[in-house]
Amino acid sequence: MNDRARLLLELADDELILGWRNSEWTGIAPFLEEDVAFSSIAQNEIGHARALYELAARELGTDADALAFDRTLEEYRSAPLVELRRLEWARTIARHWLYETADAVRLEALKASDDPEIAGLAAKMDREETYHRIHAEMWLDRLLAAPEGRTRLEEGLRELWPYALGVLDDELRPVFVERVRARLPFELPDVEPVPRGRHEAELKELLGEMTMVRRSAPTGARW
Amino acid sequence: MIWEVFRQERKGQPFVHGGSFHAPNQAFADAYAREFYARRQESVALWIVPREAITAIEEFPDEFDLKYRRVDGYSIKERLREARERAGTASTDGAR
Repeated sequence: MNDRARLLLELADDELILGWRNSEWTGIAPFLEEDVAFSSIAQNEIGHARALYELAARELGTDADALAFDRTLEEYRSAPLVELRRLEWARTIARHWLYETADAVRLEALKASDDPEIAGLAAKMDREETYHRIHAEMWLDRLLAAPEGRTRLEEGLRELWPYALGVLDDELRPVFVERVRARLPFELPDVEPVPRGRHEAELKELLGEMTMVRRSAPTGARW
Repeated sequence: MIWEVFRQERKGQPFVHGGSFHAPNQAFADAYAREFYARRQESVALWIVPREAITAIEEFPDEFDLKYRRVDGYSIKERLREARERAGTASTDGAR
């Protein structure tokens, strides 16, 4: 697999798995308005994943569904940050904010890519991600504004920090670290990133659930 | 805190009340209004107003039955035709 396909799959897998994880809040988010908003963000992420898989599929001579559903666990390129399951709300917001902040750095780099298809898709995704960032930032402010929210957010951020560091490569990571540190009123430690390519145990369970319909229907079935 | 949303479906059309929701502040209200009333491109613009900023007026006394002030009070058609004739701009269909 060439670097271009690998890059596209990393992005697509991150968006698909995070979209799936965020959609696990549908129906049980802290209140109705947030339920709708967070579910909508999850749908957007899955839409981005589809567009990215389609681009990768042309490179690899397959189709988007095959890439999303038919690969083995080891073939997924998602960052461990997006694979973690059943985080309570403050941790969900911590992950959401860390991911969106990292993703912004990554999209800025991709928009400047020499590859017009990748640059174009990154620009298109970024127009939606802008609102995801606004959503993440408003929640960050909200949690930081009250002692309980701040404590719980801080715990979540500390726990997820090594995972967040693993979303970006060595070249882009310093920009991300700088932005996170400039934004938070407390320090996060210097730690080793949890690298991409290693998978959290929860991913296996997620893939089982996510591919259930696909596996139950003959290949090529349409609905 | 409750927010009222008014939505415009197409440019140039009036804003119509769309509904209401809970949000703790303006930032949340903006985000939720987007998701509730525009994520399917069903609005071209939204007005988001804290309910407490709206002044409701409900008492309108009408003690002397001034029916000539009401649109259905009496017909203006005949008077309009006469006025047009006087002004020399009589319209052939008379009703316009």
